[in-house]
Amino acid sequence: MTIGLGHYLAVAAILFTLGIFGIFLNRKNVIVILMSIELILLAVNINLVAFSTHLGDIVGQIYALLVLTVAAAEAAIGLAILVVYFRNRGSIAVEDINMMKG
Amino acid sequence: MIVQAIFFYLFACICVGSAFMVIASRNPVHSVLFLILAFVNAAGLFVLMGAEFLAMILIVVYVGAVAVLFLFVVMMLDVDFAELRQGFFQYLPFGMVIGGIFLAELVLVVGAWTLGSNLPLESPIPAHITNTEVIGLVLYTRYVYFFELSGIVLLVAMIGAIVLTLQHRVRVRRQKISSQVSRSRATAIEVRTVRPGQGLEGNA
Repeated sequence: MTIGLGHYLAVAAILFTLGIFGIFLNRKNVIVILMSIELILLAVNINLVAFSTHLGDIVGQIYALLVLTVAAAEAAIGLAILVVYFRNRGSIAVEDINMMKG
Repeated sequence: MIVQAIFFYLFACICVGSAFMVIASRNPVHSVLFLILAFVNAAGLFVLMGAEFLAMILIVVYVGAVAVLFLFVVMMLDVDFAELRQGFFQYLPFGMVIGGIFLAELVLVVGAWTLGSNLPLESPIPAHITNTEVIGLVLYTRYVYFFELSGIVLLVAMIGAIVLTLQHRVRVRRQKISSQVSRSRATAIEVRTVRPGQGLEGNA
């Protein structure tokens, strides 16, 4: 009953799939889509850390740190765009976002 | 070893369950709260793997910053979320097909693949020092460019978010410190002689 690399990879795979599923399921709600992207990045982080500790190599954790930074930046920019869009449009429905083009 | 297995299944089940609730919940506020739960349990998984520093960073960054930002935006925007959920079941079969294909592929890959032996390690973890110390030893030396790059990414994100959301309203009267400070006697007061019974002409 030892917990190995495969267990963590399975958890990460399920989280990744749930993230993709969430993007399809909530196609109209940008906030939930952003949260699904966060879930996908979390799955990637779990993969990186699992391989890092399994192989005994620290690089994976450094990469996970970088992914974490990018995820935080992406959330901030995405929510800022969402706020601006809501101010102009009064709703956050995804299918109207193509009105932003020129 | 059995304790580790128990904790692994506890964290993994709660993490997957709350991740499911993030995408299935009706109320976005509940989604954000379940996202926080998922991240806390993923931090537990990190601790089990032996990456304590990243676990704490995950809690600080995600629960402390990102999730609160999400919560702030969800509560600030006055959105009819019931309207946004229309078509939820319309996309359900399609999403399930795509998700099922992804999961099947990942399971096939993980099941059929074995790790090669004697892989060259980029920077091996030394024994008998803590996880934080190992990261600190390489992050500022070998991977200093990564560190600088993440700093630049955060700076650009911060400036971008401020520039996007800052709105300059024209009608609001603002205090102009420079004009107040540079006010002199000549611009501030005017001496007039008033003759009795005539008053002042023009704007006073």
